[in-house]
Amino acid sequence: MSIITSLGNVLGGGAAAGGEPLYQGADWDYDKVRRVYDAIEQVAVQDLGLDTYTNQIEVITSEQMLDAYSSIGMPLFYKHWSFGKHFARDEAMYRSGQRGLAYEIVINSNPCISYIMEENTMTMQTLVIAHAAFGHNHFFKNNYLFQQWTDADGILDYLSFAKEYIAKCEERFGHVAVERVLDAAHALMNHGVHRYPRRRTPDLRNEERRAREREEHRERTFNDLWRTVPGKAGGASPLSDRDRRRAMLELPEENILYFLEKKAPRLDGWQRELLRIVRHVAQYFYPQRQTKVMNEGCATYCHYRILQTLHERGQLTDGAWMEAMHSHTNVVFQPDFDDRRYGGINPYALGFAMMQDIERIASNPTAEDREWFPDLAGRGDPMGALRHAWANYRDESFILQYLSPALIRKFRLFHVADDARDPEMKVAAIHDERGYRAVRHALARQYDIAWAEADIQIVDVDLVGDRRLILEHRVLNQVLLDEASTKAVLQHLADLWGYEVELEEVDPATGARLKKHTIAPRRVLGSPV
Amino acid sequence: MFTIVDRRLNPSGKSLANRQRFLRRAKEQVMRAVRDASAKRGIKDIDMGGDISISPDGIKEPTLQRSSSGGARNYVVPGNKEFMSGDKIKRPPQGGGGGQGNEGADDGDGQDEFRFVLSREEFIDLFLEDLELPDLAKRKLAVTDSLDWHRAGYSVSGSPTNLNLVRTMRNSLARRIALNRPTGDEIKALRVEIDDLERTGRDRVRLEEAREELALLLRRTQRIPYIDPVDVRYNRFDATPRPAAQAVMFCLMDVSGSMTEHMKDLAKRFYMLLYLFLTRRYKHVEVVFIRHTHKAQEVDEETFFYSPETGGTVVSTALEEMQRVVEARFPPSEWNIYAAQASDGDNALSDNGKTAQLMKEIILPICQYYAYIEVGQDGMSPGLAYGGGVRETDLWRTYKSIAEPVLAMRRVTQRREIYPVFRELFAKDGVAQQAEAGA
Repeated sequence: MSIITSLGNVLGGGAAAGGEPLYQGADWDYDKVRRVYDAIEQVAVQDLGLDTYTNQIEVITSEQMLDAYSSIGMPLFYKHWSFGKHFARDEAMYRSGQRGLAYEIVINSNPCISYIMEENTMTMQTLVIAHAAFGHNHFFKNNYLFQQWTDADGILDYLSFAKEYIAKCEERFGHVAVERVLDAAHALMNHGVHRYPRRRTPDLRNEERRAREREEHRERTFNDLWRTVPGKAGGASPLSDRDRRRAMLELPEENILYFLEKKAPRLDGWQRELLRIVRHVAQYFYPQRQTKVMNEGCATYCHYRILQTLHERGQLTDGAWMEAMHSHTNVVFQPDFDDRRYGGINPYALGFAMMQDIERIASNPTAEDREWFPDLAGRGDPMGALRHAWANYRDESFILQYLSPALIRKFRLFHVADDARDPEMKVAAIHDERGYRAVRHALARQYDIAWAEADIQIVDVDLVGDRRLILEHRVLNQVLLDEASTKAVLQHLADLWGYEVELEEVDPATGARLKKHTIAPRRVLGSPV
Repeated sequence: MFTIVDRRLNPSGKSLANRQRFLRRAKEQVMRAVRDASAKRGIKDIDMGGDISISPDGIKEPTLQRSSSGGARNYVVPGNKEFMSGDKIKRPPQGGGGGQGNEGADDGDGQDEFRFVLSREEFIDLFLEDLELPDLAKRKLAVTDSLDWHRAGYSVSGSPTNLNLVRTMRNSLARRIALNRPTGDEIKALRVEIDDLERTGRDRVRLEEAREELALLLRRTQRIPYIDPVDVRYNRFDATPRPAAQAVMFCLMDVSGSMTEHMKDLAKRFYMLLYLFLTRRYKHVEVVFIRHTHKAQEVDEETFFYSPETGGTVVSTALEEMQRVVEARFPPSEWNIYAAQASDGDNALSDNGKTAQLMKEIILPICQYYAYIEVGQDGMSPGLAYGGGVRETDLWRTYKSIAEPVLAMRRVTQRREIYPVFRELFAKDGVAQQAEAGA
């Protein structure tokens, strides 16, 4: 212990210049939080150059933290039984001690809301404020995915609208009817996002205005003569029926919820609105699913740097620093694959290691780094490099760009190929000269949501026949859909669509049709046509 | 710039609505689980919440997922210690590969059972759902003496203790303004002026005027009282007859030598259920324990269940004791009376007539419900005759001859039958069918 203390004293050499510790002891109060916040903000803005939304820090109890869990962390959310189910499970696990609570929850909104728990020590509050209110907050505000896809200013208002709207629907149409639509929508939630930016559709009022203008134009330029002009000989349009139909319905469409909302023949207005709400929520969370490693890496790196700086300046006592490091190392712990505790690659561990690695490469590169990262190595200004990475990448591209051989060696990553046709799995690449690129490529793929999720599109509707909806799964690496869950989801889809639904699994390389699921609606949602 | 908000005082339980929706959704499974759980429980803990596990079938949230087997997959895993590229590894037994991590294990798939905790209230509600107390004709006619007083507006007469000051003063103020009663300030100002004029001695005319004015004001003050009887208002209370919201439960048990521990245990379980049920329906439930051999006495719970006693069996003594207790402490007009009798069916032959008469004429008319539980040896139907057919016991035959809807009879031989029998007795429309269902 004395060694540690003296080490602390050495580290705190600048303490005389830096000043007093911000707080002593474990208890927290508002004054301390305020002092600490100001100190953190100074470091964050001046040393790290972070750019954040205004912060709103909310103190809650563990009970409320459990509540927040159940509605995916949002401060307000519509009611649905699945949230109750998650709450029940989380509560059971928490009460039986199988799982602790998160230290914080942070919401991508403006102002950025972070929850801190009253049970935590002052040091934990410090860590959490640095982590959530500055790390995550900066990432939310600056990453291109969040900027493109989420509306931090409007989200809370929208959720409040959604909650009220759904409550009203429940009142008017009954719990059961609303629940069935929501169940179906939730099943398709992952297929309710636009993956690529679309042309901004004008709002309804504009739409109406444009329709009127078109009509007026047609009336103005009406000339009966055109009717008498003979048509093209042969008359057959170069487009086939199928092509015209698909163009009319804007197919193929991968956003299934969007398609249903706009085109499903039998849904009522409120049901379409429910689909829209679920779709919007899915879209709001879509960036988060693509940036787990970066987001956590950014936040973890920020809290580490900020607390380290505070400690160097003597604003954090040695005891507090040790406590913070204890939590920090727990968070960034990565068990090996053969460890009982292994549960996949820890996004905190990988993210934090990569951020530190970028810092190292920028300021203190080796010959290998110079070869691998000619632009980055030795350029200085590590914070600038990090901020650039945080703003312009998502997990997949970030790993592909920045995972260095040094880190692959450190994690001892290896790539296993598992082909069901072979009796055994094969180690395809390890952390050696020949393997770096393969490992990096494979790891990046693992974080690419487009690879992780099945590629399913609506390709056609049998308009002349029985109005069957036809979907296609473009099979990747011969991995078919899970039979049971696909059936259940298609049932929901058929109920929403109101007619039969057919999903065909196709190998895009050979065009081979591998499997076909057909489901007829059981209890049609919406009114008869 | 930042704000810090203390949300700790916000009401918790924000997800209560979600929880209710969830319970409603999984109701069937939860009910089944509750029944199973309650069978395993000790009697004392029957009204506690607890862990429940249900199968995840009805509460799955399916998503379109790729299957966890087949095809070509790639994993990148940390912690390589011995592998070189090109090495072959055996497939781990259950899908998932070298470490697919959390993928796919999210919902439904990996877990066999869904475990969660039910609160005490939820547990009991589910436990006693769709049970109902038999609503019998007698209580409707009953006139209750006890009255409930509650506020019912205001009245112009009443006792001083019920004076409503606010109303009274409001009326008084309105009247004083309307009749233009001089205020204290006006009079005081005039007095000061008169004082002033008297002391200085100038302006005699004004002094006279002022004196007159003052006299007028004083006269008005006297004529228009500060509080007039017409202002006064009293809180009015209305009396409504209070429905008898209290119940007494009589536990009658034969404790003669023929009753084994097992039989007593069965009886106890039945009493517990009945007690639990009554406490859900009535604010106030009293329990009276009467044990009998050839003589009966009222005892406390401990003695009732555990103290040994020997002697013959004369059921009518217990009924007489019950009649005595009712007369002494529980007037039927104020109390809902429930009785549960447990016995192995023995009775002194000579007593059967008296028992039947007592039941018919005295006990059943004052009871809301009288449940007779005939307990038997474990695994053996009570009163199994030599020929293998069921021989009806003395008491059974006696009660059967009474055949009143208030009287319900059941046979129980095993612990697990208790709850079904209880449900049968109190099922929502079960009252009518009970009389003949005994055999």
